Amino acid sequence: MAEFNLTVNGKQLSVDVDQNTPLLWVLRDHLKLVGTKYGCGIAQCGACTVHLNGNAVRSCQIPVSSVKDNEVTTIEGLSENGDHPVQQAWLEHDVPQCGYCQSGQIMTAAAFLKSNSNPSEEQIESAMNGNICRCGTYTRIKAAVKTASKNQIV
Amino acid sequence: MGRRSFIKSVSLAGGGLVIGFSWLGCGRGTEEAEKELGMQMPDEWFELNGYLKIGDNGIVTIYSPNPEIGQNVKTSMPMLVAEELDVDWNNVIVEQAPLNTEVFTRQIAGGSQSIRQGWESLRMAGATARQMLLTAAAAEWEVPVSELRVENGMISHSGSDRTIGYGEIAKAAVNVEVPEEVELKNNRDFKIIGTSRKNVDAKKIVTGQPLYGLDFYRDDMLTAMIIQPPAFGMEFKNMDAESAKEMPGIRDVFTINTYPDDMEKEWSDVGAFSQVVVVVGDSTWQVMQARKAIKVEWDLKPELVKEIEILEKSPALRDSGGLENSDIHYNLMAEVGSKKSEMIRKDGEPEAAFKNAAKVLERSYSCPYLAHNCMEPMNFFANVTGDKAELVGPIQTPEFAEKSINKRLGIDLENIDIQMTRMGGGFGRRLYGHFVIEAAVISQKMGKPIKLVYTREDDMTNGVYRPAYHVTYKAALDGNNNLTAFHVNAGGMSESPLFANRFPAGAIDNYLAESWTVDSNISIGAFRAPRSNFIAGAEQSFLDELAEEMGKDPIEFRLEMLERAKNDPVGENNDYDPARFAGVLELVRDKSGWGKGTSSQSRGVSAYYCHNSYVAQILDLTVENNEPIIDKVICAVDCGIVVNPDAAKNMVEGGTIDGIGHGLYSQLSFEDGIPQQSNFDTYRLIRHREAPKHIDVHFVDNGIDPTGLGEPPYPPVIGALANALYKATGKRIYKQPFISELQGDFKT
Ligand code: FES
Ligand code: FES
Repeated sequence: MAEFNLTVNGKQLSVDVDQNTPLLWVLRDHLKLVGTKYGCGIAQCGACTVHLNGNAVRSCQIPVSSVKDNEVTTIEGLSENGDHPVQQAWLEHDVPQCGYCQSGQIMTAAAFLKSNSNPSEEQIESAMNGNICRCGTYTRIKAAVKTASKNQIV
Repeated sequence: MGRRSFIKSVSLAGGGLVIGFSWLGCGRGTEEAEKELGMQMPDEWFELNGYLKIGDNGIVTIYSPNPEIGQNVKTSMPMLVAEELDVDWNNVIVEQAPLNTEVFTRQIAGGSQSIRQGWESLRMAGATARQMLLTAAAAEWEVPVSELRVENGMISHSGSDRTIGYGEIAKAAVNVEVPEEVELKNNRDFKIIGTSRKNVDAKKIVTGQPLYGLDFYRDDMLTAMIIQPPAFGMEFKNMDAESAKEMPGIRDVFTINTYPDDMEKEWSDVGAFSQVVVVVGDSTWQVMQARKAIKVEWDLKPELVKEIEILEKSPALRDSGGLENSDIHYNLMAEVGSKKSEMIRKDGEPEAAFKNAAKVLERSYSCPYLAHNCMEPMNFFANVTGDKAELVGPIQTPEFAEKSINKRLGIDLENIDIQMTRMGGGFGRRLYGHFVIEAAVISQKMGKPIKLVYTREDDMTNGVYRPAYHVTYKAALDGNNNLTAFHVNAGGMSESPLFANRFPAGAIDNYLAESWTVDSNISIGAFRAPRSNFIAGAEQSFLDELAEEMGKDPIEFRLEMLERAKNDPVGENNDYDPARFAGVLELVRDKSGWGKGTSSQSRGVSAYYCHNSYVAQILDLTVENNEPIIDKVICAVDCGIVVNPDAAKNMVEGGTIDGIGHGLYSQLSFEDGIPQQSNFDTYRLIRHREAPKHIDVHFVDNGIDPTGLGEPPYPPVIGALANALYKATGKRIYKQPFISELQGDFKT
């Protein structure tokens, strides 16, 4: 066990955990930020996607000791009032079914749109391909990403 | 004419249960609730019946009785209550009801039945409360109820300009006797039903608020995980857990027996392994690490050894040592399925017709086991203290779980409190609540609140799987290519997928349906559209091939048969309505421009009836480098009245993608009893790129009472996919998952 200081959603937080503990479980078990989901634990499903300095990463693959002073953003911190353009587009298209995969989908989409603000359908499909939705909301996700790309404030 | 109301004056609070529960160990204050909902909370609530309460400011809380697994009942069920209550949907707060068998009937998520079976009771709950509010207002103003009108929760008197809001009269309404008869609205007066309303949990979902069982934490709660046998047919022998117990944060390691032999089981008490090793500790990661340090020895189950002796005549099973193999399953199914089986239905003289046939078309189809793979793995919170049990988590059958806990732990039913969380998928997996019992047994043993958590691997390899199935179809044609007889012989690994009375039964003079099973020790259960999820695709592929053999258009061929079933049905127990069945086929034909124009796409059609609803689909695809690229699926659906159109569309889209995904890519196979796929690196699920580019959904508008949608869109699309793949490749595919056949790497 060791103490780690993290910057999560703009706040300085410290946890006392084993250094190999994945960021995913630090967020969920220790910081009670449960919007980041566990789906597979092996980088296959994208449910655990968070931003590390703005880039989408799989938090199940990141040992807490490697986070250092990189800034972590989770779904809870994506926007102040849940009104990030991607979140708004998700509401507009009423995307979720069970909803479990959706915070990971949103985090992937938000990071993607920062790097490509006007993507083609194929680019959206490729960018989102690592995020599984067991309920099959793929067509809505694609439509929502398109809407978000139009509405985002650049 | 009024209808007898079966709404009782039982309140939820009166049942001794606390409504709602707090997440993360801290209660949600009024302020947070107001911020989150964007509405002001009342000072006082008045409960008119178990389904709803009205605040003194007119805000209404409606309890959604049934478990939410993504089928969106948490929005659509309260819509039914709100409709008859006559309130503004924007003033409605929806809360998940706890299990309460006194107030609610059938708190189950299964069989696509929530809306169908709640259609009357939920509207009745709203209408009863409305009636009570009107009675109270009439008494206050000393006017007859018949002179009052309601709109959006505001009562007005036609003879004067008096008005009063529900919030102001609710206090008086509580004391009004519950009416014995109430009137329900005419369909044409619906204001909420038939309009699209957004998912009531959407904001919480997109902002990552706690909603799911796995999100539930409580102060001083421990985390528990299991270690299960590596193979079906194995059981616990002994273990060395000494070093694991010394690891940081680990509280205990022991074994539990979830279902002792003498326990009287409920329908839902199905699980792969009764005896498992349990590791309990402070946090998930610590427990995960400790699991690796435990050395467990496993043994072949003694009953298996006995079984093998009995199965002397089944060399295939014996050769595998009682530990099962998928390739042997397929061989066994083909062998058993080629024999005469148990006759389930016979019309006319099928044997004679086959003997006299000019031509016989015979084809066999099969599919593998499937794991449900709910995105949220199995989990449950339990806090068993003395003679009380508190349970929180994702379960499709809370009522059964309550009974099982009563039997397993001896806790009185009234001391068991089950709260349902939103579920990260269900698909039938969470009908089987062994994990609820496991959690309760572990909590009792520890004397502490615990959350049982399955890893993805545990979840996938500890399944209650969709069985492997096999079916052989035969059709007899006379010299003029007329269909004279039809034979279906279906079975599977311990369950048969046959529905003997479904189409095309009723449309053919000489018809024979037979059924068989092969024993297996692999646990099976319901999976989205049980049995239909395989047999629909097989049957609809066969009909496609048969139509081609007969030189007919596949839609025309089906319509002709349905016409026959409508005008002059064969047999008595046909369980579908031929006119509604034909209706979806005609709708999809017209919407797709079937048979018109030219397209670079290859098209397949399919239609099926299950769970009281009718679905027809047309699928367009191309194949490049043996990879199908699905452009479009056009769906025609008859589920009666569509309560929440956009959400219903979402459900049809999801079911369509789910069907395609599983038919095309997914399988769970076994070697020596060991599941060969245990996570998403080896178990293939459909992904964004593979999903159809477009899905069009059309509903039949017929005003018939609503039926379900969670399951019906799934089964037929597999037939449409197979038929389109044939058009594209010239090759019929008989075995799922289709991708293995397309790419020729199917192992067996
Ligand atoms: S949980 Fe991290 S990718 Fe699945
Ligand atoms: S909405 Fe259920 S997994 Fe995506």
